[in-house]
Amino acid sequence: MSEFTVKDKAAIVGVGETKYYKRGQAPVSEFRLALEAILRACDDAGIRPTDIDGIASYSNDRNDSVRVATALGLPELRFSNMFWGGGGGGGSGAIGNAAAAIAAGYANCVVVYRALAQGQFGRFGQTPALKTISGNPAYTWPYGMSTPAQWIALRTRRFMHEHNVTQDAIAAIALACYHHAQFNPRAVMYGRPLTRKMYDESRWIVEPFHLYDCCMENDGAAAVILATRDRARDMKQRPAWVMAAAQGSDFRQGAGAENNPDYATSNFKTLAPRLYAMAGIEPKDVDVAQVYENFTGAVMTSLVEHGFCAPDGVMEFCTFENLTWPNGKLPINTSGGNLAECYMHGLELIIEAARQIRGTSTCQVKDAEISMVVSGPMVAPVSDLILHR
Amino acid sequence: MSETETSRKTYLPAGMPVPAPAHDGVDREFYEAARRHELAVQRCGKCGTFQFPAEWICHKCHATEPGWHRVSGRGRIYSWERVWHPAHPALKNACPYLVVVVELPDAGNIRMVGNLLGDPMQEVKIDSEVEAVFEDHEHATLVQWRLVES
Ligand SMILES: [Zn+2]
Repeated sequence: MSEFTVKDKAAIVGVGETKYYKRGQAPVSEFRLALEAILRACDDAGIRPTDIDGIASYSNDRNDSVRVATALGLPELRFSNMFWGGGGGGGSGAIGNAAAAIAAGYANCVVVYRALAQGQFGRFGQTPALKTISGNPAYTWPYGMSTPAQWIALRTRRFMHEHNVTQDAIAAIALACYHHAQFNPRAVMYGRPLTRKMYDESRWIVEPFHLYDCCMENDGAAAVILATRDRARDMKQRPAWVMAAAQGSDFRQGAGAENNPDYATSNFKTLAPRLYAMAGIEPKDVDVAQVYENFTGAVMTSLVEHGFCAPDGVMEFCTFENLTWPNGKLPINTSGGNLAECYMHGLELIIEAARQIRGTSTCQVKDAEISMVVSGPMVAPVSDLILHR
Repeated sequence: MSETETSRKTYLPAGMPVPAPAHDGVDREFYEAARRHELAVQRCGKCGTFQFPAEWICHKCHATEPGWHRVSGRGRIYSWERVWHPAHPALKNACPYLVVVVELPDAGNIRMVGNLLGDPMQEVKIDSEVEAVFEDHEHATLVQWRLVES
């Protein structure tokens, strides 16, 4: 491996979250939520907020970095960065960019944040009521195909067709996430267990997705602080070292009207090998994974593209037993994730990945050494992160 | 189907966003052709690559202004979905409806998205043969799909 890597150059040293609310129920403004999460992350790390000298975010976060720097009274903002693309594709990418800034010497202490208050702003799952539409959406919206659920359902259906996958595989993913949320008092779905019967009887959103295959929509904010190797070593928390980070997109995955040539893909086929190469590990070395669930079908294809099972081995691998703590082969989304903890565009998944390294998860994988995050599936660009002790 | 559904001239109710050419003109040919009930997509004059949606250059050889080519409108279902949850206010009473991704073998297997005409509860099979149906609206023509009897 060349010296051009972020491996072990930076670590997650602080994490912070506001209370997670149902969509539209945050009692304060989105910007205040962002500040609250950042201050909590500083407190968790044991640093002064004014120690922050870099800011990174993703998904066109509305809470401008300069306003944040001004509100916090940062003496010197040395890095200010936004990862392109919407949805959850940039969660790990923002962490990777923060680590890269630290590795390059741009900044010493970078905060990554994401805040959402959908009552104050628009909803994700709804199409704006426009009179006319042009560009790529003009080839799909007039036909009632406009939301992520709808395009991810089409790609999931194709994958299921090509590899003889039944509803059981995606149901197992939903059940695993809800199962883990039952141990996590922070989870919006804590105390609301899901059974296969409830899953089967829930309404269709768009076939093959039932209600429980779809992420929630929530209000809240989350923040993560990364620091240099020297600083991370003697801080309050056990550092979660960045072992590898990667971002990107495969050949023409941005083509409109479902013309991405490799169609039924989560968009990690070129990225995952780069990620593992940087980390110097293989899929079997991963102890626990947080896989962004916009919709269960995209989690399924992500597991395939990260080498946890073959495309034709999905029915064997994607079972409740394999995906759940404490005995599963690969426990996923151990806090409940986007489906059952909170939909904070996946930053809550990164925080959970760091908790697994600290040993403080409510579904703590015993002696977890290597903790993976998959951000974005079936969008472009996407990103990944591997943390280790 | 209920009477209101059969008497409706379009597959989905009025009020959906109306497709319009991009402001920079890159895909105007597609819309003008659809208005004439023809299906036209880009085909590079230099290397023959089909491209949809349109772009200013060919993604294969990077020739500028790839040129347009009329295609048959015959295709096969590549994927499909039945939508039950209305994500747009105009669809409130229109669910379920069927969306198909159609692959066009005589156009380099480019794909188009549309509705599969007929009973929304019909069984849909991937690889079924379909043909384009031009659905005229006041300001635009949509490209829909119907099964070809074999
Ligand atoms: Zn060409």
